[in-house]
Amino acid sequence: MQFDLSALVRAIPALLYGASVTLRITVLSIAIGLVIGFITGLARVWPNLVFRSISSAYIELIRGTPLLVQIFIVYFGLPALGLNLDPFIAGMIAMGINSGAYIGEIVRGGIESIAKGQMEAARSLGLTYWQAMRYVILPQSLVRILPALGNEFIALLKDSSLVSTIAIAELTRSGQIIITRTFKSFEIWSGVALFYFVMTYTISRIVKYSEKRLRYGE
Amino acid sequence: MSRWAIEVNGLNKFFNTNHVLKNIDIRVPFGEVVSIIGASGSGKSTFLRCLNGIESIHSGEIYINGVKITDKKVNINIVRQSIGMIFQNFNLFPHMTVMSNITLALQKVKKMSKAESEKLSHRLLEKVGLEEKADSYPIQLSGGQQQRVAIARALAMNPRVMMFDEPTSALDPETVNDVLDVMKELAREGMTMIVVTHEMGFAREVADRVVYIDEGRIIEDGKPEDIFYNPKNPRLRDFLSKIINV
Repeated sequence: MQFDLSALVRAIPALLYGASVTLRITVLSIAIGLVIGFITGLARVWPNLVFRSISSAYIELIRGTPLLVQIFIVYFGLPALGLNLDPFIAGMIAMGINSGAYIGEIVRGGIESIAKGQMEAARSLGLTYWQAMRYVILPQSLVRILPALGNEFIALLKDSSLVSTIAIAELTRSGQIIITRTFKSFEIWSGVALFYFVMTYTISRIVKYSEKRLRYGE
Repeated sequence: MSRWAIEVNGLNKFFNTNHVLKNIDIRVPFGEVVSIIGASGSGKSTFLRCLNGIESIHSGEIYINGVKITDKKVNINIVRQSIGMIFQNFNLFPHMTVMSNITLALQKVKKMSKAESEKLSHRLLEKVGLEEKADSYPIQLSGGQQQRVAIARALAMNPRVMMFDEPTSALDPETVNDVLDVMKELAREGMTMIVVTHEMGFAREVADRVVYIDEGRIIEDGKPEDIFYNPKNPRLRDFLSKIINV
């Protein structure tokens, strides 16, 4: 067996471009996912039953269906309703909505892991439910859910390869295109894997670092 | 202004089918120190938690400083500012310094400026003997120190009533007295206090009145000397014989 390193080296600029698209779509969908996730997570523990039911339904629906199908619905399905989206936008929205459900569950778990006495103490000082959440419960939850959030970010970055199916030239798609031209499957896929790994490892280090920074009084 | 700091009429509380508080009536005038004693599970902590609305009630009325807190129209957040609550497990906010624990509600609820709230916090930390701990985190303090910070935090809101839910039960024996000393000082200053406690020494020395709760009912209510030296109810006699070494 021989490994044609020069083929891989020649592919680097194209793969780098693909990786930048992967990174962009992942970061944007994480941002969407965080916003949806925090709202959903809060709604899941909110005393109001209507909010709780809506967010539960959303989480169950999204977790119970494949991301690939969700991407197809947004990109191929929505035009039927007259909504034609750019592939990048469609991919980003589908991924954002998808990660929002998982982040919502992470946030709910984080909030519920904080001892009940914290909320009671905050409320007994006259803080409103929302103030207690914002200043007492959420900051503590955030520290606890950071590792789980890190996992979710990494999973999302890898799952972003699914948007290659709607013709977004992200990392996986770039690899495929190069291979159709060069037939260097092993080299290019290895390179693609390496690029993914560098990105996920970087996320993992950033999360570890933030965890250390956020720990208090130890 | 009401005569009573606390007035409770016909309070009933259930946990599912478990009737934990049965027709509780009590009136506490301003400046009185009341100790509530009773066995574990007698309902005394639940009673205290009902008084500041942490627990909902099934029926009855509760007035705090003349405000009917069981009225749905009453803003419980405002009522709670006049009630200081001290918990068995302190419940300090672990992600904040001692100083921030105290200034949080001052700034967010009382809308006090940062400088003003910190000045007040320093004064209160001095009062509980912990002014050098302002920048520490709760985890760096002993249990007794944490409980004193919790007292300072509650006092910062300038409450008219202080409620203590077994404030020394989770403490190492050697730090219990520091907390009790702070509480005695408060009592001397005329603070209205409701103290659920197993510290019979405190109840005897400091309380103006001792209330014995058993199986969700107030069984005896009187001066400490009557309760401790002349208990009428056989269950109270039995309870006292088990926990007191007079």
